[in-house]
Amino acid sequence: MKLTLRVWRQKNADAEGAMSTYEVDGISSDMSFLEMLDTLNEELILKGEDPVAFDHDCREGICGACSLVINGDAHGPERTTTCQLHMRSFKDGDTIDIEPWRASAFPVIKDLVVDRSAFDRIIQAGGYITAPTGTAPEAHATPVPKPDADYAFEHAECIGCGACVAACPNGAAMLFTSAKINHLNVLPQGAPERESRVLDMVAQMDDEGFGGCTLTGECATACPKGIPLMSITNMNREWLRATRKAGKR
Amino acid sequence: MSSYTDYATGEPVVDTKAPKGPVNERWDTRRFEAKLVNPANRRKHTIIVVGTGLAGGSAGATLAEQGYHVVQFCFQDSPRRAHSVAAQGGINAAKNYRNDGDSIHRLFYDTVKGGDFRARESNVHRLAQISVEIIDQCVAQGVPFAREYGGLLDNRSFGGVQVSRTFYARGQTGQQLLLGAYQALSRQVAAGNIELHPRTEMLDLIVVDGRARGIVARDLVTGKIDTYFADAVVLASGGYGNVFYLSTNAMNSNATAIWRAHRKGAYFANPCFTQIHPTCIPRTGDHQSKLTLMSESLRNDGRIWVPKAKGDNRPPNQIPEDERDYYLERIYPSFGNLVPRDIASRAAKNVCDEGRGVGPGGQGVYLDFAEAIQRMGRKAVEAKYGNLFDMYQRITDEDPYEVPMRIYPAVHYTMGGLWVDYDLQTTIPGLFAIGEANFSDHGANRLGASALMQGLADGYFVLPSTINDYLARNPHKDDVDDTHPAALEAVRETKERLEKLLAVNGDRTPDSFHREIGELMWEFCGMARTDEGLRKALERIPEIREEFWRRIKVPGAGEEFNQSLEKANRVVDYLELAELMCLDALHRAESCGGHFREESQTPDGEAARKDDEFSYAAAWEFTGTGEAPVLHKEDLVFEYVHPTQRSYA
Repeated sequence: MKLTLRVWRQKNADAEGAMSTYEVDGISSDMSFLEMLDTLNEELILKGEDPVAFDHDCREGICGACSLVINGDAHGPERTTTCQLHMRSFKDGDTIDIEPWRASAFPVIKDLVVDRSAFDRIIQAGGYITAPTGTAPEAHATPVPKPDADYAFEHAECIGCGACVAACPNGAAMLFTSAKINHLNVLPQGAPERESRVLDMVAQMDDEGFGGCTLTGECATACPKGIPLMSITNMNREWLRATRKAGKR
Repeated sequence: MSSYTDYATGEPVVDTKAPKGPVNERWDTRRFEAKLVNPANRRKHTIIVVGTGLAGGSAGATLAEQGYHVVQFCFQDSPRRAHSVAAQGGINAAKNYRNDGDSIHRLFYDTVKGGDFRARESNVHRLAQISVEIIDQCVAQGVPFAREYGGLLDNRSFGGVQVSRTFYARGQTGQQLLLGAYQALSRQVAAGNIELHPRTEMLDLIVVDGRARGIVARDLVTGKIDTYFADAVVLASGGYGNVFYLSTNAMNSNATAIWRAHRKGAYFANPCFTQIHPTCIPRTGDHQSKLTLMSESLRNDGRIWVPKAKGDNRPPNQIPEDERDYYLERIYPSFGNLVPRDIASRAAKNVCDEGRGVGPGGQGVYLDFAEAIQRMGRKAVEAKYGNLFDMYQRITDEDPYEVPMRIYPAVHYTMGGLWVDYDLQTTIPGLFAIGEANFSDHGANRLGASALMQGLADGYFVLPSTINDYLARNPHKDDVDDTHPAALEAVRETKERLEKLLAVNGDRTPDSFHREIGELMWEFCGMARTDEGLRKALERIPEIREEFWRRIKVPGAGEEFNQSLEKANRVVDYLELAELMCLDALHRAESCGGHFREESQTPDGEAARKDDEFSYAAAWEFTGTGEAPVLHKEDLVFEYVHPTQRSYA
């Protein structure tokens, strides 16, 4: 099929950006969206033009690197990562808009590549269980009820892609932050740091300049891993609980 | 210039530093004999760690916990994206929670046998011992392994073994283990013990007075070339499967860190030992940029078959039971669909070569769940494999609940890598290699769910013990900075290489060369290798290299974010590494594990080892681009697991 692409081009963080239009032809419906962009880039290189920069790595939907807003939707029309989106979701003659994640906490580095290091700093603030190597007790010493283990897993699936932030009208990182808090706070191993974790991570999230949550729900709709919206509610409950407990001391 | 195949055989590698004595006491002995660094002195030492996957992430976190100052690098935008994240199936550990006869000795035995008797016994035994501690460590970190209703950990079985010792987190075990290591790492970053450099790629090693003392790295955002210095350097940069262009590796996984170290003097061992994974989604066309694995765990319940008749084009559901050939069950009745990966891959190739392959181009076999769905119910199949089925459907647009999956082998893992001793130290003092980057534990074939085990064993437990010994014997010295001649030389070479890439301004893209070398390697150094084919490849590779430097086109500049330049620079190293792989495959005129030489097979077409001639690890020394390398042999001695022709029948 033949497509018209309108792509956000921006030389670097300080440069002005603008949409540029490209035509691509001979696109097969079996191609992934990123393979379609590969095709465009091969042509651009041979024409002596600068290829379109975009983040990508595993192309299996698990590393969380790919991050495109396609026709206004984070990761495009299917509920998956950009790399797992295939061209069969489009038809011949379509015009496709391709933009980077848009959020003030994710500044553009080049074209479609953004800086998501704010996410790493949120994890560094408390998104872990303190268990230095060598200190661990026998794995079966602490059974974890299956529903809790499944609940932890469901939230641990977050790939840190940032689609939740890109989709949110407020640029909030509540779904990302709450996924980690829910994962670790439900486990017995995570209990000793339960309060400090939620307080520190939420404080860091605010410091990074992410917006507030107005429960729009766009984040959970865009999430390729299906992290549920309830995750945010549970984080708020954890935060309230920790705040009140801290006040009593 | 001598011919590349005219290699000389140098001094054998005699001292592997593995202690003597009973195999189950060697790790204790080594830990006791290793010198220690006083906790107060540790903070004076800087250790560079390149890579943040399971090996690098766990090593960085653990070394920082011990009090060392760690400077860590990854080319990804976050350490959490290292390609370990994509491992699906699970991680082995000899916990014997199933009471099914498992033990450390059995895991040791299975791994040596599975590796077709080309691994070092001492290392493999240590790996099996440490496996049990890994599970404890990961559970303490909050890794959400699958659990039974009673709250205890669940296990499943994997290829090449008859016990259930694989721990898993649905089809995302690698992701969950990596996040555990990433979180431990993050904690140390916040504590100020790790200086983290994401989006920064190592481009050379700095060797001073014969010791690894630093690296040259490029900031991928600004394009700036910088130097970093340390008392020791740890490479945890993964494998080199992307030399094949199409593989299950991530797009940016590359061999540059280990290849540059090899050029600086680190021996490269068994480069031809590559693993072709039997269950990947077949390619659909020339646009294909990578291949996707379907976890081996699917072979627990899926049945592999092709039509009995050649060229049978009927849809699978219309081929009656008695016209199907469940060839693995037929040839290997006791292991059936769970034979090791090398055997399953080769069997798939054989039936496709016979003209019985299915799907486009006949390059595929069926992996059928109809029987499992009937036996367990669709719900149970969904709970076990749901995410894998979804992934398959997304990529192929076919519903595996209704139609059998089509699978075909693809390059997945590289058992070869930098040669390391028992301490995981390379032949350059102060340079260590861990995880897939080294050659150590898997011999000629890796068993399923053992890569995660090895990465974490190296990173959490082995390296943090053995590196102490090196640092204790080489006290910290502040004698190297960016004005040192060795640093200046490494920076100059790196800058020259990048400038040259930008200056050629030819008419072919980096990707086109990558594709070309990859296709050549797949054809001649892939699932089946011959003397004739390998010689052909060895003739062709220098020609491609020459053409590369004449026709490569890299747009943009060096001092900016430039993904084409990153790619082109990686291809430079593939074009040299490919040559060494072919030479290693040519010189090893036997079949073993994933290395199948057509000249060396049993009457039934199984791999025939030649223990008299080839019971050694081949460690190659670099002498110059296109120059014949020098072969150093490390003889493999089997005191516990006696080599036999592997049988899974």
